[in-house]
Parts: sequence; C-alpha cells; structure tokens
Amino acid sequence: MSTGMQSRIRCVKMRMLLVFATICILTLPIRASASLGDDVGSVQADQARMKGVQRTTRTELYTVHEIKASNGTVVREYVSSAGKIFAVAWQGPFLPDLRQLLGGYFERFSQGSQARNNNRPRIRGPIQIQEPGLVVQSGGHMRAYFGRAYLPDQVPQGVNIEEIR
Amino acid sequence: MRKVILGGSLILAVFGMWVLFTECGGGGSGGGSNTTVSSVDNVQPIVVNGGPTADSSSGYIYPNAAFTSVTVCVPGTSNCQTIDGILVDTGSVGLTLLSSSTYSGGALTLTLPQQTIDGNPLAEIVQYADGSYVWGPTQIADVKIAGESASSVPIHVLDHYFYTIPTDFSIGGGPEEDTLQSLGANGILGVGQYQQDCGGACVATAGESPPTGTYYECSASGCQPVFVPLSQQVQNPVSMFSQDNNGVIVTLPVVSGAEVTVSGSLIFGIGTQSNNGLGSATVYTLNQDYSITTIYNNQTMPNSYIDSGSNGYFFWDSTITQCPTSGTNDYASGYYCPSATLNLSATNKGANGTSGTITFSVGNATTLFSGSTSNYAAFSTLAGPNTPTDSFDWGLPFFYGRTVYTAIQGMNTPAGQGPYWAY
Repeated sequence: MSTGMQSRIRCVKMRMLLVFATICILTLPIRASASLGDDVGSVQADQARMKGVQRTTRTELYTVHEIKASNGTVVREYVSSAGKIFAVAWQGPFLPDLRQLLGGYFERFSQGSQARNNNRPRIRGPIQIQEPGLVVQSGGHMRAYFGRAYLPDQVPQGVNIEEIR
Repeated sequence: MRKVILGGSLILAVFGMWVLFTECGGGGSGGGSNTTVSSVDNVQPIVVNGGPTADSSSGYIYPNAAFTSVTVCVPGTSNCQTIDGILVDTGSVGLTLLSSSTYSGGALTLTLPQQTIDGNPLAEIVQYADGSYVWGPTQIADVKIAGESASSVPIHVLDHYFYTIPTDFSIGGGPEEDTLQSLGANGILGVGQYQQDCGGACVATAGESPPTGTYYECSASGCQPVFVPLSQQVQNPVSMFSQDNNGVIVTLPVVSGAEVTVSGSLIFGIGTQSNNGLGSATVYTLNQDYSITTIYNNQTMPNSYIDSGSNGYFFWDSTITQCPTSGTNDYASGYYCPSATLNLSATNKGANGTSGTITFSVGNATTLFSGSTSNYAAFSTLAGPNTPTDSFDWGLPFFYGRTVYTAIQGMNTPAGQGPYWAY
C-alpha cells in the first residue's frame, strides 16, 4: 500500500469524524429546555420534556412548533427566521408549565401575578402583564385555559401580533 | 339535487332519532331528569356584599362577587356545619372550603373523612388563569344548599400545611391563595358546566403519566401526581343532587352604576319546577372548549364565556385607557379607566347558531373605587383588558338585571342536553 493511499484513507477518516462531530453539535440542544427568547435548537429538548407530539408549520416570517403536553394542553412556539423563539401560546385543560415556557421571563410574570393578587380592591379574571420588552396574557376558566407571551422587540417585522394564539 | 334532499332527510332522520333517544332520559352519568318530583326548596339567596374580608379591619371589599352559604355534613350523619361567605362561581366546578387553621383563617372546623387512592390521602392543586393556585386534601361531605342535598360529595379543602405542597408543578408562578385574605372568601361553590373539576385529563391512560399540577397522592415521602377516576374527582355538587340537578340559574337585580350591596338568587334545576323554566331565554350551546363566540368591534372571539366568578367584563379594546399600574392611584390596576363612561355593545353567538346583542357600559375603576362609592360592592360598569381577539369574559356585571342559566354537561333539560348557557 503506498503512503499516498494511506494518507488518503486517513484523510477520509478524519473528514468522516469531522462530519460526525458537526452532526453531534448541530443536534445537541443549546439549552436544557425551550423557552421564550431561546434558540430554535432547544425545541427538540422541549418536546422530550413535554412528552408531546410535534407539528411544524412555516409561514414566510416564522415557523410554529406545536407541542401537545401529556396533560392535553397544546403549546405553540413561534420561531423567527433568526432562530429565536419570540412568542409562545397555549390552549388546553391546564396552564402549561410557565416556569419552563417563559424561561428567564418567568420571574417577571411571577412578580406581576403576585402584585396583582395584592391589589385591593381585588381583581378576578384574565391577567395581562405589559412591560417594556414583555407581554404575557392568560385567561380562561377551569378546564379551558389559553394565553400567550411574546417579546415585542423580537417579533419579526410584518407579523400581526394577533396571529399568535 | 336529489342527493342533497336525500342527505337532508337522512340528517333529519338521524336528528330525530337523536332527539328520541335523549328524550328517553338517562342522559349522562348523573342521570339528569326533567320530570318534577316532589318539589323541594330550590332557591338559595346570594348577596354581593364585599364578602367575608369586607368587615375585618385589615380587610377589603371584594367587588362584584356573589356570596352564599353552604352546609356540609360528615356523610350519613347530622354532624354538620353551615359556612357563609362562599363565592358563587359558574366558571369552576366543585365545592372548595378554606380550612380554619391559623394559617388559612377559613371557617371550616368540621372534620371530614379524607379521600384516599391506593390507600394514600388524595390532595389537589387548582391553578387559575392568573397564575394563582390553591392546595389541600380532597375530602368527602354531604352537601346541603336550600332544600337540596347531595350525599358523599368529593370536595376540596384548602390547607397550606397538608403535607408539603409539591414543587414539580411550579406552573402558575403566581401566589398561593390558601388564606382568607388572599382568597377573599371562605370557599368557592363551583357550579359550572362540567360534572367534575378535571375530567378525562386526570383519568388513567395507558402509556401516559399522570398530569402534574392537579391531583396528588401523598405519603411519608411526599406527594406524587396520580390519576383519579371520574367518580373520585371533585364533583359539581349540583349534578349530585337527587333532583334539580341539571344546572343552575343565577339571577341578580339591575345595578345602575354602583350599589352598596345587592341580593339575588341561585336557583337549582332548569325546567324541573314551576320556578325554573327557561321562559323566553335564548339558549347558546358551546364549542368543544365550552366557550361561545363573542363579536366585539368586528373582532371574533371564539373563547368567550359567562362566568360569575370573574368580577368584571374582561375584553380587549386598545382604545380604552387602562388604569394606572403605579403611583398613588394604582389601586385599580388591571381595570379600565376611561375618562367618561363608555356605552358599548357586542354580539354573542352559540355553537347552535343563535345570536344576540348585549349592550354594556365601561366606567372608570379608579373613580368607582374611591369617594362616595369606595365602600360599595356592586359595580355594573367594572371592566378590564383580556387576551386580544381571543376571548370576552362576561363576568358578574353581566348577571345584573339578567336571569342566566348554566346547564351541566350530559344532563337533560327542556332545551336539550347541557352544556349550554341561556339568558
């Protein structure tokens, strides 16, 4: 066997290794869970976490990943062409796991919900949290909940916010 | 053409059979009946009076909330307790009572038998849309309201110290409401359209694990999610009454602007006695999510509902000023604050195609909650924002001046089987 042949084989092996490594990196979830503001790569991890069925639909401006959680609640994650989850929406018999779904924005929702509970006179009904850079809306009644959360600054231009539901 | 006619007759024939079968009775697991048995007192007084926290020195008025009393007994005994300050809620299902522990400060002192599953105590978390939640064991009680009674009803008792509240749900993110000050009531009488508070989502399914954030079985090692058969879930007490069990009627007088208190009635049964017929009310049947469609400002809102447990009209209109969320006038945060009262209208549509227009008014909540009306409990113009384009929440102000029928799923009524709303 010529040394030229050996080096070519080594080269092919190395290329294969490189391709394999690249595939590994590409399929690794970027974060442990997919949350508002996260990268699209995390959607797969989210699906596993929610034990749901994923359906993907594309529009010109964004992609929607639909996940049905085992508790029956359907979650939709809206992903921009830049790969960011700029909005989430839900509908079903229970609230989704908002801590997981809102990620780093959860604390702001939590504080808003706490503050509202301390309102006197009290308020009972759907909640709307509208802050710079974050909108969370949650409504419905027992066994039929729905809502959405989005990052106004990251909504792609041309998207009508009412499409997110 | 002939095909169309044939198709039409087939549909008619099938519909006719369906009507015949439903008229046969026995509809639903509750076996609803619309025949008049010996009539019992089916009228329970309700009052919009600010609730049990309105009197205490540190308390506040709970606006637009209807309260009543409920008697619970150890099953099969005359060991009973009557508890007042119970919120009447057509938007939820099941009787919820706040325990009288020092932490909770509720009224329930009667010791009721604990429900078990696999020999372990059963407990439940209920989360509301605003992120708040309640926790505690499910127990068994005979429930008596007016002349009506239901035996061995699974109910929810709120108790912060019942084992350790599971953290796996961590879903709502909002506050725990297992105290009188946070709940604003000694309990909730959920008389909505479902027979159970969870339904199929909590019943064992092969290959699935039980949902988190609802039922838990508790042991020394803590509380774990558990599937619960329908009959052991917290039940709508009305559907377990021996009669007048196919729904409820809530009726309240007209409120012009604001009033200190108003009194009305919670009437059990629809078309089962001489005092609970549908009369000229229009029936709005529901979609699969138990909602109707409201059209407001040319926006079609398919997740709309009528809910005595919501304390205002909640709908989206970007042109209406929202109340301040900070500063000295932030006490009406979350409500609408238009500079002058707005007179508006919307159209409700049922899944059955019926439709009707509602006129309503929206006032300035900051003004309503201050000055001469600051100690009032009933406000006909209280409103706030909701999820845009999805939903119109017709809360308690909708009930002022109306008689609203809430029919329970699978139960027969003179207008067909529930669920539906009629008014």
